[in-house]
Amino acid sequence: MFWVVWGSALALAVLHQDVWFWGDVTLVLGVVPVGLFYHACFSVACAMVWALAVKFAWPQHLEAWADEFEGPARTRGGRGGGA
Amino acid sequence: MLLAQAPPTTPVSVVPLYVIGAYLGLLVVLGLVSARAFRGTSGDFFVASRSIGPFMLLMSVFGTTMTAFALVGSTGKAFDLGIGVYGLMASWSGLIHAGVFFLIGIKLWAIGKRYGYVTQIQYFRDRFESPTLGYLLFPILVLLVIPYLLVGLLGAGSFITGVTRGMFPEMFASTNGSVPTWLTGLVISGVVLFYVFFGGVRSAAWANTFQTLVFMVMGVVAFVMIAHALGGMSAASQAVIEHAPQKAAREGMIGKAQFLTYCFIPLSVGMFPHLFQHWLTARSAKSFRLTVIAHPVCIMIVWLPCIMIGIWAAAKVGAGELRAPPSSNAVLGLMVNRYVASDLLTGLLAAGVLAAIMSSLDSQFVCIGSMFTNDVVIPLTGRDRFSDHQRLWLGRGFVIAVVFVTYLISLTNPGHVFDLGVWCFTGFASLFPLVFAAIYWKRTTRAGAIACVVTTAVVWAMFFSDAMIFTDKGYLGQKDPGTEEYLVNGVMAVTFVFAASVISLVVVSLLTKPLSRATIDKFFAIEKATATVEPGR
Repeated sequence: MFWVVWGSALALAVLHQDVWFWGDVTLVLGVVPVGLFYHACFSVACAMVWALAVKFAWPQHLEAWADEFEGPARTRGGRGGGA
Repeated sequence: MLLAQAPPTTPVSVVPLYVIGAYLGLLVVLGLVSARAFRGTSGDFFVASRSIGPFMLLMSVFGTTMTAFALVGSTGKAFDLGIGVYGLMASWSGLIHAGVFFLIGIKLWAIGKRYGYVTQIQYFRDRFESPTLGYLLFPILVLLVIPYLLVGLLGAGSFITGVTRGMFPEMFASTNGSVPTWLTGLVISGVVLFYVFFGGVRSAAWANTFQTLVFMVMGVVAFVMIAHALGGMSAASQAVIEHAPQKAAREGMIGKAQFLTYCFIPLSVGMFPHLFQHWLTARSAKSFRLTVIAHPVCIMIVWLPCIMIGIWAAAKVGAGELRAPPSSNAVLGLMVNRYVASDLLTGLLAAGVLAAIMSSLDSQFVCIGSMFTNDVVIPLTGRDRFSDHQRLWLGRGFVIAVVFVTYLISLTNPGHVFDLGVWCFTGFASLFPLVFAAIYWKRTTRAGAIACVVTTAVVWAMFFSDAMIFTDKGYLGQKDPGTEEYLVNGVMAVTFVFAASVISLVVVSLLTKPLSRATIDKFFAIEKATATVEPGR
């Protein structure tokens, strides 16, 4: 499943170059030009692929590793400066 | 900025301006309220005590990445180049931004939390054992943030000019009665400076969440109102096919190589210093999940209506029903002014656009101050030279200086919001190999990292000056006479800057001495933890 996720992301990168709709001015449902409709669907497909990544390729270990605090006191301690 | 329409003969209602004023007042109150939650520590000021949950993280990260570029710029660029603008930026960003959050953002959050970093430069200094790299990166990152700030100020100014046209015919006669861009820039900067000075990144996160909701909702409302005024979505789009058919496709508008090589631009999010700081505010790694999944859809919700409004405006101009504005930056403001009948709604829509702009400016202001304090003042003078209070004001003073310089540049009207944004993103995107190698390639050396930064700065400056100074006859590339896009043999300049960045980083790293074992172990200990857990568990 791990490789399916990353393969899907790669496939999306290839499918982004939709030369087949390059000069097509057809309106989908009489409203949205087909080239724009395709890329709106592409955005939804991206969300689906990243949902798969979150489900099947999530780095579970990071949370615990990050909590093993080794930082210098300066950045956790007293008030510093800034904007 | 002047709009080409003739000045209206009837008095124009100032209600929209009252609504905008009320909205800005609300932000000031929000800043004061969030300041009450301020815990009085540097950790709270810089990274909100790493306490931000999934929804606020999504809103603050998304709000920060969507600025005038997304609303004012995308509408204007769609007016010029048609629907392909969505594919250039929005759909590439849906894929690549979320990928960068997943592959880079989560790891940097973990490293930042474990070792207590609050700025990007702190991480790079330690990762490459090099204070020099920090001092080198600081001015480059600040110089690249300035065009980003400019995009915000120009976008706000252009939009408010369009919306307030004819309101003050005597006071602002030279702008057809519109509120001038210099005044908008001044007010916007003042309000944002006020609320970030009170509560730091926590204020920015609260304001971003509120403002992102405002601009997403108002964007959809603007779309529906304008479509209704144009006789419905179907009629408006049919008019595009009749009067500006080239804007409904990409043929003759955008080249195939140009379309492909725009993929490098969204990599810029990996190196935005203000986004790095937002990542560090996350309560846990799990907070990133919603951001990774929902970001592409949020982009679609904002960009799709803007692109449609842009091509509808082109159809109106093609039909002779609307005179073309002198700058496409003003297209969105012009469409709202012309086709939204309610003064109250016009004001709310204007507040929505300003929300998008300010939700980026606030993060950038906080970040610049944080970098100056943590990456310049403290390393140069030590922790004891200045008190906490003095350091706070040094950071604020630096932010005011940067904003003042940016404001002065904005008065010269330096160009199209979209194009300016693309040059800014080109610089950040070309530094992406540095952060990627820092996380994933142990063999990257200090000299390789420095070579990468220097090469990127030099090559970026070459292309930028070629496009901006030698506008008539570029030596490296050319502006397309029809679309005004600067291309090098049909390819985006970022491709070459990015390639130079990668080559210098890899070649110099392979030719120079690796970093110490202690440093490698420190930053790649994360891999040992990974090895014990199966993917997907």
